[in-house]
Amino acid sequence: MLAPRLEIKHVTKRYPSVVANDDVSLLVAPGEIHAVLGENGAGKSTLMKIIYGATQPDAGEVWFDGQRAHIKNPQEARARGISMVFQHFSLFETLTVAENIWLGLDKSFSLTTVRERIAQKAVEYGLELEADRPVHSLSIGERQRVEIVRALLTDPKVLILDEPTSVLTPQAVERLFAVLRKLAATGCSILYISHKLDEIRSLCTACTVLRGGKVTGIVDPRAESNASLSRLMIGAEPPTLVHRDVVLGDVALTVRGLTLASDQPFGTALSDVSMQIRAGEIVGIAGVSGNGQQELLAVLSGESTRAPLGSVTLFGADVSQQNPRARRAQGLHFVPEERLGRGAVPSLSLAQNTLLTRAATLVGKPPVAWIAPPRTAAMASDIIARFSVKAGGAQASAKSLSGGNLQKYIVGREISAMPKVLVVAQPTWGVDVGAAAQIRAELLKLRDAGCALVVVSEELDELFELCDRLHVIAKGKLSPTIATRDASIEKIGEWMSGLWTPEVADAQA
Amino acid sequence: MNEIALLVAATFNAGTVLAIAALGLLINEKAGIVNLGAEGMMLCAAVAGFAAVVYTGNDWVGFLAGMGAGALMAAAFGVMVIWLNTNQYATGLALSLFGAGLSAFVGVGYVQAKLPPRGDYSIPFLSDIPFLGTALFKQHPLAYFALILMAAIVYFLFKSRAGLVLRSVGESPESAHALGYPVRRIRLLAVIFGGAMCGLAGAYLSVIYTPLWVQGMVAGKGWIALALTTFATWRPARVLLGAYLFGGVTMVQLALQSRGVAVSEQLLSMTPYIATIVVLALISRNPAWIRVNMPQSLGKPFYPGG
Repeated sequence: MLAPRLEIKHVTKRYPSVVANDDVSLLVAPGEIHAVLGENGAGKSTLMKIIYGATQPDAGEVWFDGQRAHIKNPQEARARGISMVFQHFSLFETLTVAENIWLGLDKSFSLTTVRERIAQKAVEYGLELEADRPVHSLSIGERQRVEIVRALLTDPKVLILDEPTSVLTPQAVERLFAVLRKLAATGCSILYISHKLDEIRSLCTACTVLRGGKVTGIVDPRAESNASLSRLMIGAEPPTLVHRDVVLGDVALTVRGLTLASDQPFGTALSDVSMQIRAGEIVGIAGVSGNGQQELLAVLSGESTRAPLGSVTLFGADVSQQNPRARRAQGLHFVPEERLGRGAVPSLSLAQNTLLTRAATLVGKPPVAWIAPPRTAAMASDIIARFSVKAGGAQASAKSLSGGNLQKYIVGREISAMPKVLVVAQPTWGVDVGAAAQIRAELLKLRDAGCALVVVSEELDELFELCDRLHVIAKGKLSPTIATRDASIEKIGEWMSGLWTPEVADAQA
Repeated sequence: MNEIALLVAATFNAGTVLAIAALGLLINEKAGIVNLGAEGMMLCAAVAGFAAVVYTGNDWVGFLAGMGAGALMAAAFGVMVIWLNTNQYATGLALSLFGAGLSAFVGVGYVQAKLPPRGDYSIPFLSDIPFLGTALFKQHPLAYFALILMAAIVYFLFKSRAGLVLRSVGESPESAHALGYPVRRIRLLAVIFGGAMCGLAGAYLSVIYTPLWVQGMVAGKGWIALALTTFATWRPARVLLGAYLFGGVTMVQLALQSRGVAVSEQLLSMTPYIATIVVLALISRNPAWIRVNMPQSLGKPFYPGG
């Protein structure tokens, strides 16, 4: 019997306001792909930080290959053969692939040997990389490959992957899984952090579930169902959404033949984008991030007013070059992807944050445009109550709320304005399952009330759950539309690589 | 003909001051730190270098003293912005004002002081070449040092691993920290190098270029050197080119003045600074150009483990 590769014994880690890990134990065998499943805030990241030496536990022990290990910092973890692929990549944009990898390796290599070894690993695992490309020119999937190759070149005994698939197309996920299985077969243990149940069930051979900092189950995911894993993870089965039939109304928002160069140095140009959204439906836009979503959203919301005249119309009126405030006055509201800094001003109170998009109803007409604090506070309290936001009242600062609660507040602020068109980017990104379900239910309710919705998201599950029709955006081009009930994950996945067939496009035209 | 050769030589000489200072600042900016104290460091170094030569009679001791003064001030600046996380811009401005005051105070006794006679630095044979000899080969050795410094920095930044680490620290200190590099120590060393080069430039100014000490004699060259790094989009060769360009503008302005061109002297004195502003405005028009070369974390504080 081999000693376990990694063993965590009764680890506890307290932060001032929360116990992040409460008596957590974890056992990983050599060559095992072990899932760590839990919601945001369940303590997964803290546990990984402890293993990777980025933070120290208050109590408990870490054992490595049958020996007690005190891992004081990430360098020491790497020296022991523990490697980590971060969710937000730790790459240097202006450096080349080879330089990035070189920086993560021992000093003794020369750049030439690094290049050779990259080529060698590329062949071995089917991870093609161009060593001399600067990282800023790579797609997200390619960047992840750089991180993985960098980790592989250290010959890891334990590889930690933090939510690695959130940025990948379904096909890229399959390729990643093939690499991981191959790696595990060589004896490397893999710790796979995720909240995606299907992936864990298809990839992992063991699974430790965390909830609220405690272990709630150690199971073989292959023998479990999504429902049983979900019960362990959130203590309940996720609520199912009620979909009523679509009652289509008038055409609300139209984009016609929009071609627009990006104003960002590493941005994506939009190319001949056309779409039409009617009242009473939710249209989803799928795609891997960085394929033009930012640019399209800016044009829809009015943050960018560079669109040619006539390319964006709202209820028949040309709004292409109108700013967000003018569009809001005509019923178009927008929920941006970044909650702090764009959706809300972090240091201001929730009451003051109502002024960002609701000033029209709160503030009088100039020249006597006074702000009435009681009215902003009342509106904030209404939103907090109606959307069950957990916050310390209307005067709590936006940054004091958790991601999920702030998102509920921002979505609530826009929904309570009774918009005729709502454009939402990443409605549930980084939001826990309960809050996500609530936000989706609210969006559906809005649809049933006759609003036209555009949802841009990287989470395919979410789009399939929420939307009536789908588009895919890839390299700045928009696919033809497809009814969600006729779409499959595989098909949308192909489209995400830009491979929609011309026949489909013709049939639509 | 000879007049043009003299103008080229003077440009070369004036550009050297800017080049050495700006190349030093380039290194500390590549590590992600903006040191607006360049002017103050150069002033202190100028008086330190001048005083050292007055006492010892040896120019090289003067250069060392200047480098020491610059490095010391840069180190103090570095500790403040890197460990105490003070605002880089405010701290740099304070350093500039402090340097101006301190150098004036220390320098009072040296205003009338005279240096030993300045030497002739002509390179044998080469300086006898007509035109080119006068234009290029009668410079102080430090003028050629600026060229070597540029080549060395190009090699360091783009060919050596240490240079790669330095660039990575200026690009994303968080990632460099996660990979296990001592971000703060690297930044401090880069800042000290920047200070030492500003110091060398300051000492060259008071010991060779002018050569005398008057209060405020750096006269904005520190600021121009700072602007040069942006002007050159952080490329060493372009820094050198820019330095000679600005040196040339200064010299043409002086030449015009001496010929009694009927433009007011004050207007002509403004030209190098107006050129700086115009060039900076032109460069900022193309964000992509700056974005690709600019250290992404320039001017931003770094909190390890934050």
